[in-house]
Amino acid sequence: MSLPTSDFLLSLIVRDEPRVLTRVASLIGRRGYNIKSLSVGTTEVAGVSRMTIVVSGDRSVVENAIRQLEKLQDVIRVVDHALEKFVDRELVLVKVAIRSSEERVEVRHIADDFRARIVDVGRHALIFEVTGDEGKITAFIEQMRPFGILETMRTGRVALTRGSNADVPGHVYAGETRALEPAVK
Amino acid sequence: MTTMTGAEALWRTLVAHDLTTVFGYPGGAIMPVYDALTAFPDVRHVLTRHEQGAIHAAEGWAKATGHVGVCIATSGPGATNLVTGLADAMLDSVPLVAITGNVARHLIGTDAFQEADITGITLPVTKHNYLVKSAADLPAVVAEAIHIARSGRPGPVLIDIPKDVQLEAFDGEIPAPEPEGERHEPSEEAVMAAVELLRSARRPVLMVGGGAQGASREITEFARAWNVPTITTLMGLGVFPASDPLWLGMPGMHGSVAANRAISGADVLVGIGLRFDDRVTGRVRDFAPNARIIHVDIDAAEIGKIVTTNVPVRGDAASAARALTAHARPFDHPEWNAEIQEWKGRFVRHEHWSAGYAVKAITDRLGPDDILATDVGQHQMLSAQLARFEKPRRWLTSGGLGTMGFGFPAAIGAAMAQPEVRTVVIAGDGGFQMTAQELATLTRYRVPVKIAVINNSFLGMVRQWQEMFHGRRYSEVWLGDSNPDFVKLAGAYGIFGVRAESADELPAAIDAWLAHDGPSLLEAVVPHEHGVFPMVPAGASLSEMVETAPEGVAK
Ligand SMILES: Cc1ncc(C[n+]2csc(CCOP(=O)(O)OP(=O)(O)O)c2C)c(N)n1
Ligand SMILES: [Mg+2]
Repeated sequence: MSLPTSDFLLSLIVRDEPRVLTRVASLIGRRGYNIKSLSVGTTEVAGVSRMTIVVSGDRSVVENAIRQLEKLQDVIRVVDHALEKFVDRELVLVKVAIRSSEERVEVRHIADDFRARIVDVGRHALIFEVTGDEGKITAFIEQMRPFGILETMRTGRVALTRGSNADVPGHVYAGETRALEPAVK
Repeated sequence: MTTMTGAEALWRTLVAHDLTTVFGYPGGAIMPVYDALTAFPDVRHVLTRHEQGAIHAAEGWAKATGHVGVCIATSGPGATNLVTGLADAMLDSVPLVAITGNVARHLIGTDAFQEADITGITLPVTKHNYLVKSAADLPAVVAEAIHIARSGRPGPVLIDIPKDVQLEAFDGEIPAPEPEGERHEPSEEAVMAAVELLRSARRPVLMVGGGAQGASREITEFARAWNVPTITTLMGLGVFPASDPLWLGMPGMHGSVAANRAISGADVLVGIGLRFDDRVTGRVRDFAPNARIIHVDIDAAEIGKIVTTNVPVRGDAASAARALTAHARPFDHPEWNAEIQEWKGRFVRHEHWSAGYAVKAITDRLGPDDILATDVGQHQMLSAQLARFEKPRRWLTSGGLGTMGFGFPAAIGAAMAQPEVRTVVIAGDGGFQMTAQELATLTRYRVPVKIAVINNSFLGMVRQWQEMFHGRRYSEVWLGDSNPDFVKLAGAYGIFGVRAESADELPAAIDAWLAHDGPSLLEAVVPHEHGVFPMVPAGASLSEMVETAPEGVAK
């Protein structure tokens, strides 16, 4: 019995303690979970950071990963975005080679269609900043590929649950924080 | 508010939490802590001869009492010598606080003398760890560490304290201990789902593990109220009394015929406080092939990790067992019982001089309160098969990590925790030499541990595998050319020793060994080659269990 493998998006609300990233990464590595991206940033609450990770595997593997992550002392909550509506975005910088002025025009047209911004203009290259969900980013990169992609850097996906609820416990905006059964640590 | 050093605050916090026995070994980076210790006459510091001895002793203390064990080491090599014990405690869920010194803050990261990144090294083998950056944080960190070590699923927590933090002034409050013994009630829904499945069972079996060591009474009531045959895993021995007719013994690689056959035949299996380790399940795909499984555990990550679970119940073992007892409808399935009775009659009888014979003679002499520790190997499996426990926390063994060298120091820790009971350790000739230096600890503190060395002149367990699965090519398992005279070894530390080389000599030797006032050592010189059976070959299913030695394999 093997379930289909797909990507699962998780947000980790974590205490801003030394090595918290190492703890998360070490657990993921040790247990052999397959991570496609991981991004970290501080939040509006002092001492609390947020990570979005993309885990690929079947549903049971990902559920076990969630349970294991929840046991880390510095993990306040693991949000499983498969359970609720969410928005996700990724930002990518793409450096595209430009060989002629025709190409320059063509590349800019494509970029306009994707609402990609030019953030650096060189004689033989342009750097674009494009933001979107995975589909859009992939499509943009594919469109640019024939011109010659010199370099790319992706932030990895970041996500928030839709609606007025907040994932960070004890921090109430307009809505309520979700009451979840706390993990036994 | 008085001003004190970080080191003093550390001791005060431990004392406030009633943790007044610690096992340790000093060194440069922990000297302020040892200096401050001199002002705490109520603290008993046990100086072992190796940090590994200290941490296993702390584990033995914790396993026997259910309370947090504490050990201390210096930076660098002292700290790394704790790693095996931490990994051991992690896998066996032993509540432990390990304290290490480190180089001063400004030296951290410079490869200073005896600097080791112990928080980095131990990250995957601790429940949590800390590098304390300021004396102001120290007491709160210690209190939190104690809480983490013993709450939920227990485990080891390491606190690394730079030397200058130990010396830094602290003028805050020493935190009061948090109440112990929190309960995690399972949800009504989960309990009812479990009850419903249980009631449908015609061939039920209960399997309990180390997570239920603190829930022996509730588990026993549950098993008796439902009249369900009960298996205790290696870590669960003692949770359910062996004298009860419902008891089937231990499952798994060297499990009893009754336990393994019952698992293979069961239609409903309730697992409480266990994690379906591969030594228990055999080939997972064929584990309990006919059973729907109810799994109760406090650690949600264990449920469904290995075996597919039909009814997950998240909660502590005692609360869950109590809830299930409340809905008891005793089973009455004569056919299932008849089958089980037949299986129970099938076991290896150790009638001739062998390791099994010696282990049986020793364990037969134990009373219900006595503590039995073992090391790792054939003698361990024989002890698990042959000892009969009536109470929890009387059996100390390294299950998850299988750490040779564990048994003897663990026995010392347990004996110091409970001087009123007798503590016996059964060790192999190989493993005993991994921590034999702790004979000095016995002498120093006059700890009356009874040591039995089962001397087969081999790394017996490995030899058995080589015999059975590697064409009898014995590779680096012979110890007979260089083992010490164990009786003389004990004598070198001033410890009484006695040897038995035959079944005839054994009873008198055991008498003398047990009667001796103080620590003593029994060396049982047994035939070199013998096997532990039943055995489920690695990778096979439980139903492929080999009940007795096959043709050509040493019994
Ligand atoms: C620290 C460590 N090293 C190696 C092993 C592998 N191992 C498991 S059992 C065993 C043999 C133990 O020999 P002995 O202590 O004489 O016990 P016996 O099996 O002969 O009873 C070995 C080497 C281990 N479990 N732990
Ligand atoms: Mg041996």
